[in-house]
Amino acid sequence: MAARRPARSLVVTALCRAFSGRGCQLAPERGAERRDAAPSRVSRFCPPRKSHHDWIGPPDKYSNLRPIHFYIPENESPLEQKLRELRQETQEWNQQFWADQNLTFHKEKEEFVRSRLKAKGLDLRAASGQKATLNAEEMADFYKEFLSKNFQKHMYYNRDWYKRNFAITFFMGKVALERIWNKLRPKQKTTSS
Amino acid sequence: MAASPHTLSSRLLTGWGGGCIWYLERRAMRESPCRFLHLLRNVNQQWVTFQHVNFLRRMYVTQLNRSLKQQIKPKPEPAESPFLAKTSLDEAKAEICEMRPLVPSSLSLSRKPSEKALIELEPTSVTEGSIALEKEMKEEKQWKEMKLRADDLPGILARLSKIKLTALVVSTTSAGFALAPAPFDWSCFLLTFVGTGLASCAANSINQFFEVPFDSNMNRTKNRPLVRGQISPLLAVSFATCCAVPGVALLTWGVNPLTGALGLFNIFLYTCCYTPLKRVSIANTWVGAVVGAIPPVMGWTAATGSLDAGACLLGGILYSWQFPHFNALSWGLREDYSRGGYCMMSVTHPALCRRVALRHCLALLAMCAAAPALDVTTWTFPVIALPINLYISYLGFRFYRDADRKSSRKLFFCSLWHLPLLLLLMLTCKRRAGEEGTGAPQS
Repeated sequence: MAARRPARSLVVTALCRAFSGRGCQLAPERGAERRDAAPSRVSRFCPPRKSHHDWIGPPDKYSNLRPIHFYIPENESPLEQKLRELRQETQEWNQQFWADQNLTFHKEKEEFVRSRLKAKGLDLRAASGQKATLNAEEMADFYKEFLSKNFQKHMYYNRDWYKRNFAITFFMGKVALERIWNKLRPKQKTTSS
Repeated sequence: MAASPHTLSSRLLTGWGGGCIWYLERRAMRESPCRFLHLLRNVNQQWVTFQHVNFLRRMYVTQLNRSLKQQIKPKPEPAESPFLAKTSLDEAKAEICEMRPLVPSSLSLSRKPSEKALIELEPTSVTEGSIALEKEMKEEKQWKEMKLRADDLPGILARLSKIKLTALVVSTTSAGFALAPAPFDWSCFLLTFVGTGLASCAANSINQFFEVPFDSNMNRTKNRPLVRGQISPLLAVSFATCCAVPGVALLTWGVNPLTGALGLFNIFLYTCCYTPLKRVSIANTWVGAVVGAIPPVMGWTAATGSLDAGACLLGGILYSWQFPHFNALSWGLREDYSRGGYCMMSVTHPALCRRVALRHCLALLAMCAAAPALDVTTWTFPVIALPINLYISYLGFRFYRDADRKSSRKLFFCSLWHLPLLLLLMLTCKRRAGEEGTGAPQS
């Protein structure tokens, strides 16, 4: 993942590492900035130094999903690292899908409105200067067409989303059990010795 | 499990949640001017002169929203800043990323920017830059630590389990229990009440667990706890399990196995059939209607221990009610469904959507007439229920004919009061034990 980071976010990563001496690193939560199809801003958010938790941000402008900044503890176990990377990757994948989906929807909606208005012989802007729109019944044709066009795409997405969701939750469970076990184990050692 | 997958109560909850967020955002916006100035003051003095600061301050104050404070007092150096480091070198570097929205040429790394260069700053770009920076800082404030606090937990779990919808489900179960021809047993009633409530909480939590990215994209559902990160998916699933297991156990061993089996079946139907099916086929509406019909049947079987004609009739009434309720609601959500990839009749088969709603309004009329024939109620019931049944059928017909937002909203709001009133009328006209059977009016 490190090889894919653009130069700008490397600077920010270095900054964040300097800010929080606890080893908090800014995980690249916006892989989409490299892809033109799904633009999103790289958030320069860095959590406070003494925070040991993940931080969640406001909904993204394009995907409506809330980005999470993952906390990396110093003594992160391999299982915890695997979970964090899975969550990070799922976040980027979701961001890419929904940003693309929403942008395509709005673009196609605009085209539809434009073509319908042209067919009706109306301008995009009415005489008053306000943007001319179609009513809900006229838009219904577009909604139906858009849904059926994207049906297959949604099928693949659903299947993958369910798999990832289950995997993340399963790993969360494993990590939780591991932590509980680690907390109990030193106590066992002291009681036995 | 649900009286209906979508109700007014969940919309009210969303509206309330949205209102809270708006209020918090406004507060954040008011606080930001101080932050901005403080930011400028921390910048290396070689780059930014007092003139520059004054110039920016004037632009900032005049250009931004009137509701912000006009008097901006530069804050003293705080003990700890979340965004800026202590070392001067890092401070300088931090300004690169924080001040990027401003005109880049003005913040070059040269040690001696001349005053002339600063004055040459274009006002519009500086204003835009300052607005962009203010926006960015507002956005930074909206980041929340994902730390679960004990006193937040009850509220979060209530929203996770869609507590108001659960309350409606439990009330239909109670109606089924009360309508059953058996002596009213309080302990049995309480066990049914609690067991069904727990089962409903579990089903609703799993539903939210499955639908996080979809809920984020719909206005109605974007303030749910998992979407906002207030609770982790693991905790949501654990909560659901901790509700489902005692709930179903309570119903199976505290009430009777039939009720327990119905409860478990309903959880399965809602979480594993209805929820995934919403994105695959319009058949989800019919499955969802069955989900809504089962709770009153559970109430009946809890009281009587058997699944007889009366239970089926009550289930049938709830089943038919779902259609005018949901189809009318979904008429106004077509854009969100289309964008989100939900397969709903209102989007794919609009004519069918309206036809089915009307059909089931008429079915309600027929089933209410059948109630006395099955000894559930007296003959008074279909007579006094006729006005409200005719009214909802009329609205269903208007929706079928007009197919517009106005008629859909009228039908939806009518369905909200129609069901509780219908159940109440059924209860008041309940056929008491020992009375004559079919054909005899209440004496």
